[in-house]
Amino acid sequence: MNTHFDERLDGGQPGRDQSEVLADLQQALPGMTLLHREEDLRPFECDGLSAYRALPMLVALPETLEQVETLLKRCRALGVPVVTRGAGTGLSGGAMPLSHGVLLVLSRFNRILEIDPEARTARVQPGVRNLAISEAASPYGLYYAPDPSSQIACSIGGNVAENAGGVHCLKYGLTVHNVIKVEVLTIEGEHMTLGSDALDAPGFDLLALFTGSEGMLGVVTEITVKLLPKPETAKVLMASFDDIEKAGNAVGAIIAAGIIPGGLEMMDNLAIRAAEDFIGAGYPVEAEAILLCELDGVEADVDDDCQTVRRVLEKAGATDIQQARDEAERALFWAGRKNAFPAVGRMSPDYYCMDGTIPRRELARVLKGIGDLGEAYGLRVANVFHAGDGNMHPLILFDANQPGEFERAEELGGRILELCVEVGGTITGEHGVGREKIHQMCVQFSPGELTTFRAAKRAFDPDELLNPGKNIPTPARCSEFRLTKSAGDAPAPTRAPESQG
Amino acid sequence: MVTTHDIPQHDIQSQDASEALAERVRRAEAEGTPLRIVGGDTKAFYGRRVEGEALSTREHRGITEYDPVELIVSVRTGTPLRELEAALAANGQMLPCEPPHFGDDATVGGMIATGLSGPRRPWAGSVRDFVLGTRIITRQGSEQRFGGQVMKNVAGYDLSRLMVGAQGTLGLITEVSMKVLPLPGASRSLHLDMPLARALDKLSEWGRQPLPITAAAWLDGALHLRLEGGPSSVAATAERLGGDALKPDFWEALREQRLAFFAKDDSRALWRLSLPHHTPLIELPGVNDPDVLYDWAGCQRWLRSDLDAEAIRQAAARAGGHATCLRGAGGAAVDEPFTPLPPVLAKYHRNLKAELDPQGIFNPGRLYAAF
Repeated sequence: MNTHFDERLDGGQPGRDQSEVLADLQQALPGMTLLHREEDLRPFECDGLSAYRALPMLVALPETLEQVETLLKRCRALGVPVVTRGAGTGLSGGAMPLSHGVLLVLSRFNRILEIDPEARTARVQPGVRNLAISEAASPYGLYYAPDPSSQIACSIGGNVAENAGGVHCLKYGLTVHNVIKVEVLTIEGEHMTLGSDALDAPGFDLLALFTGSEGMLGVVTEITVKLLPKPETAKVLMASFDDIEKAGNAVGAIIAAGIIPGGLEMMDNLAIRAAEDFIGAGYPVEAEAILLCELDGVEADVDDDCQTVRRVLEKAGATDIQQARDEAERALFWAGRKNAFPAVGRMSPDYYCMDGTIPRRELARVLKGIGDLGEAYGLRVANVFHAGDGNMHPLILFDANQPGEFERAEELGGRILELCVEVGGTITGEHGVGREKIHQMCVQFSPGELTTFRAAKRAFDPDELLNPGKNIPTPARCSEFRLTKSAGDAPAPTRAPESQG
Repeated sequence: MVTTHDIPQHDIQSQDASEALAERVRRAEAEGTPLRIVGGDTKAFYGRRVEGEALSTREHRGITEYDPVELIVSVRTGTPLRELEAALAANGQMLPCEPPHFGDDATVGGMIATGLSGPRRPWAGSVRDFVLGTRIITRQGSEQRFGGQVMKNVAGYDLSRLMVGAQGTLGLITEVSMKVLPLPGASRSLHLDMPLARALDKLSEWGRQPLPITAAAWLDGALHLRLEGGPSSVAATAERLGGDALKPDFWEALREQRLAFFAKDDSRALWRLSLPHHTPLIELPGVNDPDVLYDWAGCQRWLRSDLDAEAIRQAAARAGGHATCLRGAGGAAVDEPFTPLPPVLAKYHRNLKAELDPQGIFNPGRLYAAF
């Protein structure tokens, strides 16, 4: 069923006239860039989930904290919702605009304010790119650990909003484990510091609550992250398997041997072929699955661990094991994996990336389930998998120009996520709920649990002006979804999406 | 796959008392009676005194799911902490945050509610870093699940980690799922004689290098270090750093506050200062070297002093940290143990408490008098 914002189902304020809001904001903020013409708004109509689009009423591009503060105060006074956006690389429609809302773009807050090598921290503005932090820390032998695939482009503010992950989470954690302090502006325009420069802070752990809250509790205006010393060495092993279940079992066997790899990734045959065709990473195109296992740390330990892992992989039935001979080959092995999404994109006019997490022991069952569902929907699915932490990225291949095919892909995606919940997992490991998975939240959480989420939201934003309609569904949204499902997945009789007007 | 069934059952009693606990909460909510949530009652000193009917979690106990290969354990909060740690150790695993017990009866719930972590904290992470999911009995008396039993999960707000350190003021935590890790392959503890200033410099320097340090404390004129990791790197680092061997039980004595520094017959107040990395010596009138114990590579400092609370709090704040008073002068209870919150932050704390517990039935006043 339709996931476009619908006031009737998603709640919110009565829409205000664009010219009225524009005049108000122009008067209050004469120095701030405020886009309002359709051709200027168009580039902001979607984030990384391009299938979900809506033209924002206005786009604000502030450059100072005072401007953000005034903007929030005016929007609150006018009852106009605010959607905050960083680099717009998110994959769940978390920064999808509202046609009756202001899109607050923080891309001009792009300065690294301080690198403190002694304290091993970096203080940055939210628009700073993820990779830029590691680049700035590099001369001190330090880096910022979380590395989402989009790290060249994605902003740290967006990483905080989504609690972004990457391929090294099992050992180094998610964003929530690597941010120590954030400065926040509330919807009332108040300044608040969450966390501290020390290892803890008095009171509730609001830093944890805000991390991954998808811009719905406040606007993060400054971030202090923890930096880690670069590992002395990193080595990567690539193992091929003729059976995906054997590859899954090998992952468990590595961990059972007491080893926590820096990265542990799996790809299935379709993903291997796509990546090899695109990058030429030297992947075995006949293999049913490959495992990439990176071991990092102190040289002597890494050598010992490589030996152990090699033995484990042999015992688990790997048909071939290669160790990258040098840094160049290691980078090449990873390039195939990191470019798996665009590589799969080349095989098909469009693809749709999912993001469920499951207990690893359920891998074989879930992969089989995905295969069966793919067949039932007549769509191919390639699988890329953060195997170490159970986070799957099934990529559904489709052609948006074929009538009904996107809707089928979307529905298949929803079914895959419901399968993840069924085996004890979750609908999103690192991409966030956003607008995309709003219906599956009704599957994963009970009405009572959703009520508690809404209570937490009310504590910070009682008028529901910050990114309404994302992350936490309303009871009306869930009832409608359940009705639709029980009606045999027939299209819901909702009115046409207002955003397309 | 190893399941819960393979864990020796004789030392893990399993019992689901959630319905009885929920009933107590419903009654308290209906009558507006405040509840004082008690596990093993080992950490009551950490926080304000709560006036309320005691509600014990002890009957709600046992590991509900543990598959070592998944690196995740789910456990009811009334379970004794030592039983959980023994079950993990039997499978070569541990809670990396190394939580203090402060008594044989310490429970899992007390670890979560206080959020206190041990000597490994700066390198491995805190209790909240290892929490993946919780079950909470809300004021309506319904048990709700947040987070999950998987490593990565960003569905909904992170109410699980919010519960850590909230001291039971936002709901009754009945179960928690935590990430666990393999025990280190090798461990060596060292004692290096060196003055404080040099120790702090060395720790900063080593912090920028990939060394297998997992604990660092300075007291009695010496830096105490623990190295953990692969046998090769631990041996090589121990050789490089030199010093004398230190008995490994030092770390437990430090964590449990059994060192002479923490002696209860010392009538001075006991303070905990939480500070950024590389904070130099903090000058306070009348405070000398032996009055301060430096744990967490200097990020957690224990102080014995009868100085005015305001003076200590200001000194910690100037350095970018905060100070908690655990024991008042002469062992007296402390009226305001935690650093007061700035007004805006305090307002949102009150809002959150009002939304999740408007009648104030869960541990009212345990963190701050206002909620």
